[in-house]
Amino acid sequence: MSEEILSVNDLSVVFPTEDGMVEAVRGVSYSLSERDVLAIVGESGSGKSVAAMALMGLLPKYAQITGDVRYRGEDVLAMSPKRSRALRGQNIAMIFQDPMTAMNPVYTVGDQLAEAYRSHHRVERKVALARAVEMLDRVGIPQAKDRARSYPHEFSGGMRQRAMIAMAIINSPDIIIADEPTTALDVTVQAQILETLIEVKDSVNAAVILITHDLGVVAGMAHRVLVMYAGRGVERADVEDIYRRPRMPYTAGLLGSIPALDSAGGKLHPITGAPPSLINLPPGCPFSTRCPLVTDRCLTEEPELAATDLPHHQVACHNWEKVAETPDPTLLFRTKAVDA
Amino acid sequence: MTMRESIEPDMTPLGPLGSEGPEGPEREFTIKARTQGQMVRRRFIRHRGAAIGFTALVIVIILAYTSIGFWKIPGWWYLGYTKTNPIVNGGAPTLDVLPAFIDGDGFMIGPHPFGQDQIGRDYFALTMRGTQISLMVAFVIGILSTFIGAVAGAISGYYGGQADNVIMRFTDLLLTIPILTIAAVVGNATGNLGPFFLAVVLSLLIWTSLARLVRGEFLSLREKEYVEAARAMGASSPRIIFRHMLPNAIGTIIVSATLTIAVAILLEAALSFLGFGIRSPDTSLGLLISTYQTAFSTRPWLFWWPGLFIVIIALSVNFIGDGLRDAFDPKQNRVRA
Repeated sequence: MSEEILSVNDLSVVFPTEDGMVEAVRGVSYSLSERDVLAIVGESGSGKSVAAMALMGLLPKYAQITGDVRYRGEDVLAMSPKRSRALRGQNIAMIFQDPMTAMNPVYTVGDQLAEAYRSHHRVERKVALARAVEMLDRVGIPQAKDRARSYPHEFSGGMRQRAMIAMAIINSPDIIIADEPTTALDVTVQAQILETLIEVKDSVNAAVILITHDLGVVAGMAHRVLVMYAGRGVERADVEDIYRRPRMPYTAGLLGSIPALDSAGGKLHPITGAPPSLINLPPGCPFSTRCPLVTDRCLTEEPELAATDLPHHQVACHNWEKVAETPDPTLLFRTKAVDA
Repeated sequence: MTMRESIEPDMTPLGPLGSEGPEGPEREFTIKARTQGQMVRRRFIRHRGAAIGFTALVIVIILAYTSIGFWKIPGWWYLGYTKTNPIVNGGAPTLDVLPAFIDGDGFMIGPHPFGQDQIGRDYFALTMRGTQISLMVAFVIGILSTFIGAVAGAISGYYGGQADNVIMRFTDLLLTIPILTIAAVVGNATGNLGPFFLAVVLSLLIWTSLARLVRGEFLSLREKEYVEAARAMGASSPRIIFRHMLPNAIGTIIVSATLTIAVAILLEAALSFLGFGIRSPDTSLGLLISTYQTAFSTRPWLFWWPGLFIVIIALSVNFIGDGLRDAFDPKQNRVRA
């Protein structure tokens, strides 16, 4: 087992608003080892991006962050702003969702990469530019030297995302946080970008936290998966187990909602309902309103993330045994949909 | 335009495919890498209004500063702007630009090309001196107030919260008090400290509108993902403000700066008219116009010459601003025809 570089324990983020406290993240825990790929999966508003932003120190000041986040034993949340800034970019880099807007339109791509390098290294512009070209070359941009002189709007979406990856690795970070890196891209480009990301991460020996709602992306890349729902981690397992032996009805529902090519003409099978509002959450399991296996206990008592019958597999569900007994848990929601 | 033509051996590989012949549109592509500075310069020069405005402004500046000289350096014009001379030609301009075949007496400059005022001072020298002072005042105000406004607006918009409150309430305060009143009070209290001091005081009063514009721009830029990306890359706040956000607000700033320069000329004129700006024997274009506005029906040249120079300067500056804004926009690839 390689060395643990990041551990997140009981991370919570609360945004005070006029309508009440929004509990965007409620006690998320995970750990990341060197060269590991952890996928954080969840639907919109499940808190996956906020959790990542919190450890980057990118949340607005009024956000109340609690918990224990350690990067190589160093307390990230208690860091001085100066140390925190040094950490960002140099040790932890981030790839954003939309490469269209994540680059500054007034600088050439090469200049922006060089700028990222010069934020952390006292080098001359020429040296930084050479480094930028090298990185662009590494992420597979042809004629990197010429393309470095292009402006972002002269790049295609896929190339821009490549450039973003190049920017993320220019300071050789230990951890790359990829926040839905392929969501804004064409499906045909997505695979290439993920491949590039894996290659590049191996070349700089970085671990990756992959934030996504696309289970296809997860299957291709991740080693470990954390499923989030309503600000909590609800299932944590190795990637194989998530697909073959899910223990949480929500995960099963997500898997079941992926349209299959072989069921031509069939209906789509979404999880009905919507996630609860994160303001003044009711007691009990937040998924209880949408869960086909709901019991009385679910309505009063919120389950904690606890071990299951499988190794390295934790789930926050009172009825995980029932899910385990079901031969194909992905069908759980299908029967319900037919009844309705 | 036959197949034969298109496989002609002397065609370069980059040449037009399916060539439309020499009469067709030119489709030869030559890709030449240019630095941003080169591109900005190129776009600026290709902008016709800006090029003309820039040329006109340069000519006016050279004319004003070389003709009567400045500081201790003498100019090429033989009369000073304070010296009274015997009245020639009833004080009317002796400049004649019509050639001999139209009115018979040919092109000439004469002893007083712009005429003379009622005490015989050479009006060309006076206008040149006025141009010098007005240009100086306008540019000092333009640069200083733009600098103050941009920095204040940037800080206000970027940091928000307390800093924003303090700066914005201060601009509100300045905006509610008429500038003329404050300037008049300051001018009266400090006496005649010269045009440079006047320009500095005015700059300290009129940076507020630009600060608000820049603040608005920054409020929207702050939410842009590339600013967040810069923060995620570990860039410091000053670096984000000056390297990532200000260049994106450059269009707003430049346009506002050019408008400020135009406003500054008029503001200086108004103050001079009230007796709080430039004082005699020194002069400015605004002061010349207000002094001789009553002479309009009898000796209109006393009004026209400084007026012409104000219009040339203000228009040139506005055209230059227009061209600069286009030139700084990297998304605009096409060059204006």
